Amino acid sequence: MKVVADLELCQGHQMCQFEAPTVFGLNDAEDKVVVLDEEPSEDLRDEVTAAIKYCPAMALSLVDA
Amino acid sequence: MTITQSPIEGAGVEGIKEVSRRFPEDAHGHLEDLRDDPIDLLHRVRDECGDIGRFRLADRDVVLVTGAEANEAFFRAPDSILDQAAAYPFMTPIFGKGVVFDTTPEQRSEGLKNQALKGEMMRGHAATIENEINQMVAQWGESGEIDLLAFFAELTIYTTSACLIGMPFRSELDGRFAEYYHELERGTDALAYVDPYMKGVESFEIRDAARLKLVDLVQAIIDKRHARGKVPREERDLLDVLISLKAPDGSDHFTTDQITGMFISMMFAGHHTSSGTAAWTLIELLRNPDAMATIVAELDELYADGSEVSFQALRSIPNLEATLKETLRLHPPLILLLRVAQEDFEIGGHLLPAGTMVGASPRVSNRIAEDFPDPDAFDPGRYLDPNQADLQNRWTWIPFGAGKHRCVGNAFAMMQLKAIFSVILRDYTFEMTQPSESYCDDTSKMVIQLASPAKVRYRKRVR
Repeated sequence: MKVVADLELCQGHQMCQFEAPTVFGLNDAEDKVVVLDEEPSEDLRDEVTAAIKYCPAMALSLVDA
Repeated sequence: MTITQSPIEGAGVEGIKEVSRRFPEDAHGHLEDLRDDPIDLLHRVRDECGDIGRFRLADRDVVLVTGAEANEAFFRAPDSILDQAAAYPFMTPIFGKGVVFDTTPEQRSEGLKNQALKGEMMRGHAATIENEINQMVAQWGESGEIDLLAFFAELTIYTTSACLIGMPFRSELDGRFAEYYHELERGTDALAYVDPYMKGVESFEIRDAARLKLVDLVQAIIDKRHARGKVPREERDLLDVLISLKAPDGSDHFTTDQITGMFISMMFAGHHTSSGTAAWTLIELLRNPDAMATIVAELDELYADGSEVSFQALRSIPNLEATLKETLRLHPPLILLLRVAQEDFEIGGHLLPAGTMVGASPRVSNRIAEDFPDPDAFDPGRYLDPNQADLQNRWTWIPFGAGKHRCVGNAFAMMQLKAIFSVILRDYTFEMTQPSESYCDDTSKMVIQLASPAKVRYRKRVR
């Protein structure tokens, strides 16, 4: 799976970091998400799915190869 | 902007079909249509004109877009092109002159960075909200009746003021603040598109009197603060900060009128929206006993170990979340989102001149049958994994809007609603006391509220 963040939509809520801390970080200067791990392993699927589901800006999505 | 053999069908809005009129004699175009039955008007635009249609509001064209493609273009447009500030003239007398409708996305993200709605603040807010609900139901006794509009409007005044302004300010409020606030919300007649200060309009007179009464309430609280004197930093709330600010000449930086206006505007987005959604969620659950049973079982299991509502409301409660989402789809608190084009703007092959109003409709887009099969049916199953109708339809599932201006309070709102239903469904059962179809919205104002009466009976659960 591949994680995509739409930086135009990100509002810097940082919910994704609580859900999947190894996959998402924060660009402090821009106050926007940084995808730390663009192709996370399968065992992180639940965490990543939760991050996408609870993103208040609907800025994240998953592209399944 | 130059136009070459492009797909643009017509310069200006003439190429966009105008919707029929139910009040052909109306000198203000579709104003009476909008005041009489806005839901019918908005659905008619899509039915008669398609993804891009048009109606007339006073002396302006309003281009209404629906469907994923047009909605995405609408919601992605930057503020420099589609601006909100000028689109809601009915808010100016409510907030007061000099208090902005909404800040720019840059200021919004700056504000978010610093406080209030950020993820890490949610834990404290959840505890505050649980406490407020517990206080409201503490007076309930074994059984009784509540009016859904009055109950949830008062509760959400307490929760929004406590979380956004601070507990010391909240603890000075009583039912009067909620009552006057409600009168402000009732003062959002679309006649404001002709003149927000039009003489002889009763709801405008009530609105202006209510605002003065709110200023008096805030003044009395400020007087008490001055009499009390300084308190340690950790006991201060936003009001203490605002009244401590001085202009260079030593006078107060903000007048009580301005402070009241700021508080009104801070609370506005989170008040009638959450209040109405809580009421509609309970109504939908009473209309759909299977969904109610599923959620009561879900909550009973979740809280069987005695865990705190403030803890669980921040976590996944899948069936309750699905019901909240489906309620929001069917009953979006805002049915029409508006912007004003700041420069010529192209959408769907039409070039709209600067000054044109452009709108998107959560009410219409949320019920597009291609995206939401059997669109009028209440079906929380649409959101359960793997369906995820909200994520699958990011540009048409739009009860919170979408794009840059997507409601920054949506995580707060969902947490609040989860906390409210965790408390009331754990401890009480509910039944309708009037015919199911008699619960409906009063759509005569731009701020839609539940029509009165909307009563339900509660009874304490026996365990």
